[in-house]
Amino acid sequence: MGFQVSQSGGITLVEVEGQLIVGNRQELKQQVLERLEAGDRKFVIDFSNTGYIDSSGLGVLVSLSKKIREQGGELRLSSLNEDLRTLFELTKLDTLFRIADNKSDALVGF
Amino acid sequence: MGQDLVLELPSDIRSIARVVDYVMLRCRTCPEQARRLRLNFRVGLTEALANAMLYGNGHDPRKRVRVEVTLADGRLEARVTDQGNGFDPASIPDPTEPANLTKPCGRGLFLMRELMDEVWFNDRGNQVTLVLRLDPGDALEGGVQA
Repeated sequence: MGFQVSQSGGITLVEVEGQLIVGNRQELKQQVLERLEAGDRKFVIDFSNTGYIDSSGLGVLVSLSKKIREQGGELRLSSLNEDLRTLFELTKLDTLFRIADNKSDALVGF
Repeated sequence: MGQDLVLELPSDIRSIARVVDYVMLRCRTCPEQARRLRLNFRVGLTEALANAMLYGNGHDPRKRVRVEVTLADGRLEARVTDQGNGFDPASIPDPTEPANLTKPCGRGLFLMRELMDEVWFNDRGNQVTLVLRLDPGDALEGGVQA
């Protein structure tokens, strides 16, 4: 489990490897907030290699989205598999986030 | 009578993923039910364990969480008990209400209720029973007594 952070055309891309759960959500939060503090404003969190998100993981995404918006930025999500999409739909968080089918679509038009 | 699986865990959130994986491995089911097991049961059990460790036992590593899993007559049942004082599940607001949507917490119990077929709390509120209905032909492999 881990997070790969990279830059692409002024957009910070965070790829979540494995799971986003109560045990590692703080690490994601820290990494994104460090980039936000450094001046980054456009973020994509990609879940191509993520098998599972728990409610704590959903919560940290909500919290990050709010903090990024407060700084005039935007957080988008991408590449949710069917199971993850179900969790977002059940919790109505699919109405809170801009969710792209893949990384490329998420990066376009930022 | 179905086989039982009983585990006693320390209140260590780092153990949740391993425990859930272990329980999932013990459940053998038909392909049609595989997604319900993979998503519904995994989510329900993970959320129940996290709630027990974080809120029930208050992160106290000295307190333990008991997990009992039974598969019988097409009912996969997981009972999670913590050593806390309990809580009132009716007091947890609906996280899908507009006023709550941007709150960072409060979705665990909601997901348990949405994804499991039955969710029961004891009167004290320190024990939750989750039930998922599977095919009667499904089985729990190698019941292990803690």
